[in-house]
Amino acid sequence: MATKQAKKPKTDKKDYHDIPGTTVFDHEQSRKGYGINMFCMSLMKDANRKAFKANEAAYLKQYKLTPEQTEVILKRDWNGMLAVGGNIYFTSKIGATDGLSFQQMAAKMTGSTQESYADMMLKGGRPVDGNRSKSEWKK
Amino acid sequence: MARIIAGVFSSHIPAIGAALDNGKTEEPYWKRVFSGFEPSKKWMEAAKPDVCIIVYNDHASAFSMEIVPTFALGCAAEFPPADEGWGPRPVPVVKGHPELAAHIAQSVILDEFDLTIINKMEVDHGMTVPMNLLFGQPKEWPCPVIPLAVNVVLFPPPTGKRCFDLGKAIRRAVESYPEDLNVVVFGTGGMSHQISGPRAGLINSKFDKAFLDNLVTKPKKLTKIPHVEYMREAGAEGIEMVMWLVARGALDEEVTEAYRFYTVPASNTAVGHIIMENPGAMTRKRKAPAEKAQAAPAKKTKAAPARKKPVAKKPAARKAPARVAAE
Repeated sequence: MATKQAKKPKTDKKDYHDIPGTTVFDHEQSRKGYGINMFCMSLMKDANRKAFKANEAAYLKQYKLTPEQTEVILKRDWNGMLAVGGNIYFTSKIGATDGLSFQQMAAKMTGSTQESYADMMLKGGRPVDGNRSKSEWKK
Repeated sequence: MARIIAGVFSSHIPAIGAALDNGKTEEPYWKRVFSGFEPSKKWMEAAKPDVCIIVYNDHASAFSMEIVPTFALGCAAEFPPADEGWGPRPVPVVKGHPELAAHIAQSVILDEFDLTIINKMEVDHGMTVPMNLLFGQPKEWPCPVIPLAVNVVLFPPPTGKRCFDLGKAIRRAVESYPEDLNVVVFGTGGMSHQISGPRAGLINSKFDKAFLDNLVTKPKKLTKIPHVEYMREAGAEGIEMVMWLVARGALDEEVTEAYRFYTVPASNTAVGHIIMENPGAMTRKRKAPAEKAQAAPAKKTKAAPARKKPVAKKPAARKAPARVAAE
């Protein structure tokens, strides 16, 4: 392709940071969260799930995690895990290990009960109006 | 020559798999979802593809953070179901089509799409759930499948335009394959949903329905949607819809809409589903019976239960039950 070299790549724009209540798992997050996501990946094996449940803190020592990352995992702070670089498809493996469904995890992340979250979904979900931009959440 | 006869588009939602695996399909909540796919299963039985190419995304099952390929083509002879944390789904091993996959790889890469080649891979609900929805729960899957995994987990995924263009390249590849094969392409994922963070549960039916309409008649328009718009309007994970554009790119410009279904919710997600046929391709199948001593030479195969005329520019007056449970 003969495009001009001087053109600035579009990727510089992180316009998605304006979306409220959303942590987009981009390369910056991925870099921070490598350890946490690789720990989650280990939970795909049943033996590892059992070992983790038997002694969580000891199990986590095998991975390169910051103290904050370890803490959010132990506390099951699902939003906290996303903030420190976890990705939902990875952190959901912790939920699966705990016996939670995706919907139960989602309910926790929205700060609501499973019942009221499920009810919101049955009524058509969270509307997009009022939820497009951070400016709308500040009001 | 091999040919693409149709495209099948469907959400993939893990909870649908769980409902199937745990025998909950008759519960009213799930029946609403599954009944929408009954006509699709009949359609698929009539279409009898020889191979399916399934465009899907892996959810941290085959690919950890060690290697994240943007487009990865499954060239293996088989793909076992992955353990996604709940144990592997009780579904048959997916058989591949290594010969056609190798041909596609060779063709598409020389066509300037730098695919990653996968010779060993487990597949997760992203692929097996749409297969269940279209094939039911057989002991063996009725045809081989070539998986095309698209990264939509680590931002940014490929652009809609890139996906669409890859679909076109896949079509060129399929059509240069000498064997007489009927191929169905699946686009999976979506529709609007967000499963992470305080904004989880977002659904945008208006966006979804416009997307379905445009997917039929104006797919090129969809290739211009920037990533941020998908995430803002259809939820962070709604960006999976770019994968539908790969499958759409592999179809004719003008297609026949055979079926459509839409409902909210399944777990956290809006369920969207549409089947499009390449006009004529369904009845043109297998001119020469060749080595396959199967059914009689191609008469009109009674395919879709609800078939319409080629759409041209009309805004798809849909005949099939496009239902919305709740809006």
